[in-house]
Amino acid sequence: MAELVLFILMGAAALAGAVTVVVARNPVYSAMGLMGTLFSVAILYVLQLAHLVAAVQVIVYAGAVLTLFLFVIMLIGVDTTEDWDEQLPYQRAFVGGLAGLIVLFAAALTLFGNFDWVPAASTVIPNATNGTIQAIAEPLFTDWVLAFEATALLLTIAAAGAIALAHYKRRLT
Amino acid sequence: MIVAAGWYMALAAALFLIGSLGMLLRRNALVMFMCIELMLNAVNLTLISAGRALNDLNGQVAVFFILVVAAAEVVVGLAIIVAIFRRRETASVDELSELRG
Repeated sequence: MAELVLFILMGAAALAGAVTVVVARNPVYSAMGLMGTLFSVAILYVLQLAHLVAAVQVIVYAGAVLTLFLFVIMLIGVDTTEDWDEQLPYQRAFVGGLAGLIVLFAAALTLFGNFDWVPAASTVIPNATNGTIQAIAEPLFTDWVLAFEATALLLTIAAAGAIALAHYKRRLT
Repeated sequence: MIVAAGWYMALAAALFLIGSLGMLLRRNALVMFMCIELMLNAVNLTLISAGRALNDLNGQVAVFFILVVAAAEVVVGLAIIVAIFRRRETASVDELSELRG
């Protein structure tokens, strides 16, 4: 029962935050909406026993990424004068049709929701996988150790790239 | 009472839809970036709920890697936005349509 109540509350909060991100004219409000969504999704992770991922979500996303977003908004200034003049002739109607199709898909999923397209989902006992640090670390450092190392390389490249971009203009002039 | 995985996936589909709509409708590069984060979160939620339904921890490991890739992507993307802003004084993607400095 507690999971159902929390799912409804946090799902509504996540959707409200997501809508705020898209609708708000001020990018700061968008960032705040994104923060609400990220926290709600973190609580949904906890409901599904993904404790470590929830903690990492709060620390990395709500902590680091959103701070970075707010810093960049501060750097380039709040630009609320987004012009809504039409420059694309027919693409928006196409997108509308596509969005309608996705809404229909989600509605069908919810209405006819026996969800058999998650194969073998009904045969195993849920809640047996408890995502503690120890449980995550075991596949991470055995089966996926190569991907883990590649991630380290990726982060190094990203940091170097960000520094190179920061020095870009100074080198040109 | 356990909420079925399909409900989480329906929520994730709705989040992904909102994110993709924002990506397509907004012109502010920063807001478009936030919409990418929304979509990544929707996918993460899908992976976590599928992992629980299938009793498989690899879903959570995959989410872990997606988080790292998203962090790296944010760093580089925001650096690009700041670099563009320093040259062009705008963060609107409509002004940046000719793909050169």
